Amino acid sequence: MDFTVALAQIKPKLGCLDDNMALIEAAIEKGISEGAHLVVFPELALTGYFLKDLVPDVAIGLDAPQITRLKLLSRRISIAIGLVEVTADYRFFNTALYLEGGEILQVHRKVYLPTYGLFDEQRYLARGEHFRAFDTRFGRVGMLICEDMWHLSAPYILAMDGATTLICLSSSPGRGISGAEGLGSAAAWQRLTSTTAMFLNCRVLYCNRVGYEDGINFWGGSEAIAPSGEVTVRGSLLEEDFVLAKVEEGALRRERIFSPMMRDENLAITVKELKRIDRERG
Amino acid sequence: MGTLTVNTALLRKILVGFVHDEVTKVGVRKGVLGLSGGIDSALVAYIAAEALGPENVYAYTMPYRTSNPESEEHAKLVADALGINYQVLEITPMVDAYFALVPDADNMRRGNKMARERMTILYDHSAAVGGLVLGTSNKTELLLGYGTLHGDMASALNPIGDIYKSQVWELSEAMGVPREVIDKKPSADLWAGQTDEQELGFSYRDADELLYRMVDQRMNRDELIAAGFAPEFIDNVHKKVQGSHFKRRLPVIAKVSNRTIDRDFRYARDWGK
Repeated sequence: MDFTVALAQIKPKLGCLDDNMALIEAAIEKGISEGAHLVVFPELALTGYFLKDLVPDVAIGLDAPQITRLKLLSRRISIAIGLVEVTADYRFFNTALYLEGGEILQVHRKVYLPTYGLFDEQRYLARGEHFRAFDTRFGRVGMLICEDMWHLSAPYILAMDGATTLICLSSSPGRGISGAEGLGSAAAWQRLTSTTAMFLNCRVLYCNRVGYEDGINFWGGSEAIAPSGEVTVRGSLLEEDFVLAKVEEGALRRERIFSPMMRDENLAITVKELKRIDRERG
Repeated sequence: MGTLTVNTALLRKILVGFVHDEVTKVGVRKGVLGLSGGIDSALVAYIAAEALGPENVYAYTMPYRTSNPESEEHAKLVADALGINYQVLEITPMVDAYFALVPDADNMRRGNKMARERMTILYDHSAAVGGLVLGTSNKTELLLGYGTLHGDMASALNPIGDIYKSQVWELSEAMGVPREVIDKKPSADLWAGQTDEQELGFSYRDADELLYRMVDQRMNRDELIAAGFAPEFIDNVHKKVQGSHFKRRLPVIAKVSNRTIDRDFRYARDWGK
């Protein structure tokens, strides 16, 4: 179906659940009033990003009142949102939830936790174990959280699992200033989202936050990419924004006819070769 | 070589946004800085005026009796151009009173004392006007350790600490810092005729080209030599970076508990903001 997505390019406050929840609810209401069918938030929208030792303090279980509230709101608009989840065995995950029709349809726990350069996620968070596509009213969807997308296998698995829409929730720090037009990190992401869409004949809905935490900026630039790899809408750089994008079913249909790479993708060969590599690695 | 060329429009946006965001999120609207008459503090004044509005920027020139009078003229030029709050506070009485007690102090001690005297004045005015002290040390100085710990290196936040001197020049051009300030030779202005480059023994342009490859690109010694840098220059700069690292860190704390500040008690400074 054709639908409208809202990319809520917000500026969460570090460790302030109540303030962020208010911000999130306002964006959801805005999405509803502007006729959006789906609203996508950044990674860790509820908590902020450089949490460090705050992780256990801001983590919530899936039965938390905030989630109950989001479920209720999801009767009026579908929601993809990032937060810190605590499980019954006290593991803390960088989690993305997809809520629709009053229910949680999918819990994706970030698999690739970057722990290099300015990142330190693995020190504080547990690693997710799955990439699974799931059915929504917009067709089959796969969710990725930021670094997940930099691992070619992750969107590939989701696309092979039938996803035609990839939602990526991000808190990407801006860095790599040079003489070039854009920031290094922004330019790299833009190449990645576009190439991923093109390779997998999937739409990509990318939502990145803005604001500063301890001097580190988040560059925003949320975007909707058609299955051809073309950017249909892009949010502003470094500033709060609320990006509305029309997602057209026909664009997916036509791209899948023009470039049927996913139809021709050979799962058996891939699995066979990966198994061989696994065997040979011992 | 041109590796350090920056997109000044984008850099300006990030740094102005940084000052606005990091100042206002702590619940204040004002910024305080020392305006020396040199390019680094002039650039920070331009960034702050754009981020906070000139009426919210408080700049102070704090000359000692040996300071070059031209420095004060240049500081005033910047303050007038921006329309920021500006005051001259002479530090000669305080500094001389102290050195009357320890008359044998050398130039380094005197320079450090002056830098720290200025720091106490800025922090006092920070409390007086209700604003944050803005740092004016650039990445080149910070890496070389060419600054006074708890003196000019002290600040609440520093918009230019991740840009090299060459980039300070480039951004200053783009933001309209007065020509006189851009063109003059960088100086700590501790005594007449002193220049940074003379004291360091190399030019900022050369140091920046080397530091960019050494620090940002992580090229090793062999790669740097292959890129055309003299081994003695590489070793000299590397020694300065390593030898001054203590200035870029908080004091080390003897660990005895299970949770030691900054070791395993880790929170962002923007915790709750």
